[in-house]
Amino acid sequence: MQARVIGAGVAGLCVATELVARGCEVTVFDPSPMPGPYACSWWAGGMLAPFCEGETAEELVVRLGQSAADWWARQGVSVERRGTLVLTLRRDRRELDRFARRVAEHETLDSAGLAALEPDLEGRFDRALHVAGEAHLDPRAALRHLRARLEQAGVAFVAEPGHAKGLTFDCRGLAARDSLKDLRGVKGEMAVLRSADIRLTRPVRLLHPRYPLYVVPRADGLFMLGATQIESDDVRRTVRSTLELLSAAYALHPAFGEAELVEVGVDARPAFPDNLPRLVRRGETIYVNGLFRHGFLLAPELAREAVEAACDGSKPEFWHEDHD
Amino acid sequence: MRLYETEIASRLMLGTAQYPSPAVLTEAFRRSAAGIATVSVRREAGHERAGAAFWGLVRDLRVTLLPNTAGCHSVREAVTTAQMARELFDTPWIKLEVIGHADTLQPDPFGLVEAARILTDEGFQVFPYTTEDVVLAGRLLDAGCEVLMPWGAPIGTGLGLTNIYGLRTLRAQFPQVPMVVDAGLGLPSQAAMAMEMGFDAVLLNTAVAKAGDPARMAEGFARAVQAGRLAFEADPMEPRDMAAPSTPVIGMAFLE
Repeated sequence: MQARVIGAGVAGLCVATELVARGCEVTVFDPSPMPGPYACSWWAGGMLAPFCEGETAEELVVRLGQSAADWWARQGVSVERRGTLVLTLRRDRRELDRFARRVAEHETLDSAGLAALEPDLEGRFDRALHVAGEAHLDPRAALRHLRARLEQAGVAFVAEPGHAKGLTFDCRGLAARDSLKDLRGVKGEMAVLRSADIRLTRPVRLLHPRYPLYVVPRADGLFMLGATQIESDDVRRTVRSTLELLSAAYALHPAFGEAELVEVGVDARPAFPDNLPRLVRRGETIYVNGLFRHGFLLAPELAREAVEAACDGSKPEFWHEDHD
Repeated sequence: MRLYETEIASRLMLGTAQYPSPAVLTEAFRRSAAGIATVSVRREAGHERAGAAFWGLVRDLRVTLLPNTAGCHSVREAVTTAQMARELFDTPWIKLEVIGHADTLQPDPFGLVEAARILTDEGFQVFPYTTEDVVLAGRLLDAGCEVLMPWGAPIGTGLGLTNIYGLRTLRAQFPQVPMVVDAGLGLPSQAAMAMEMGFDAVLLNTAVAKAGDPARMAEGFARAVQAGRLAFEADPMEPRDMAAPSTPVIGMAFLE
């Protein structure tokens, strides 16, 4: 069977991977010769944290997200399975209570327990939550890896989609707004810091009523800070958001005050009104979209179900048929 | 309830920020039948209507929109934001916030009066977010405001009515002015209390948006607001120290 995939962000690459696994002949259309900043997933945190996301996301996200870490590991991507730490500054301790009520799969750590997991946070927090069943990956490395594997498997990457017919998976993210009317952009800003003065081995979420923050450690002393969530498709990096992210990181650990500011990034996440992903079938095209802030978490399962639906005629729960 | 010559059916107003998703937001409005939605302009504005998709969703709620100047710390910022809001939402209504203190997000009373005067002169119908201060309330009315929005407690704290004496005094001093208790409510019982005290409506956001089930909480608030209003209109009894049996004891049979 032949299939076309439009878009080589995380959704498109996952769909192409699932198609190849089924023995399909795949062409991917994307303007860029390699994964890069034009894709929203380039700016992602890479947290595979279905339980923590359940604090605000629907049950579907928690359920579908649980297979993500295994899927990425099966593709040969380096997945760190060290869980997630959740912290609050002292005056916001009640935020931690609320989080603990809503996220069942955690254990509560005292100061010593926290120090045992992350020695550099010793003495800074007297209570933390550890959500052990979660993982993280480096999103850019993961995108490069998937793309390289697909190229090795003989998948053609072509810049222009042209007008060819046949089974098509439209994975253009927000660019598909021309076809999916209720898709909207939710702005997210991030920063990357480099520091040799602090070491973390797992993502840390700092709960805060105004400026929530997560820090995801990457190789070479890099830390990704994220992310704002603003109802806008504006993609300017603002001073205010950057200040918020950096201040929160500094509050987490003063060592970040001396870190090198490597990068400030921004993009608009594609989301439907319920912030849940959708597979929309329209003729021979299946739209895979609305991954919101859950690209790396949900793309594998969404891709698997999209390809299964196309090949076997199954209808997953987030399946939409359009007849217009 | 009339606010600036507009009849509003519901005495509950809801903010539109911080919900898990626009779909949850919509459901919260549906279940609460809130009559007014406040919408923040400043942060989403960015440039060239970058927040248009979200505002479209808010418009689809089919309730009266009250744009606000949330997050403005100066008169100039607030005035500019109000002007932008008038253009975007085609309404003279503006909920005026001029924040004077970063930690408590307390209104800046001096800036608030100044901004209210500028905006009413420009034809705006201003809903000032204010404290329970009676003198400040008088100045805002002098500046042309016809509605007041005193806080219950600082924004987002969920502490309820922290100065009941002050709020009662304010209500008593200006009995004809529509007043909406805005900010600081965390529970429906607190909203009911504000309504029992004779406030005309309540406005809340965090208490609903950050609840585990926002739509359910929104309905809880809606019922509490109705209960409180009914109690106020029913002219409640006065509390007293001495017990008064509801059934007379005289003539009752007793056994020895």
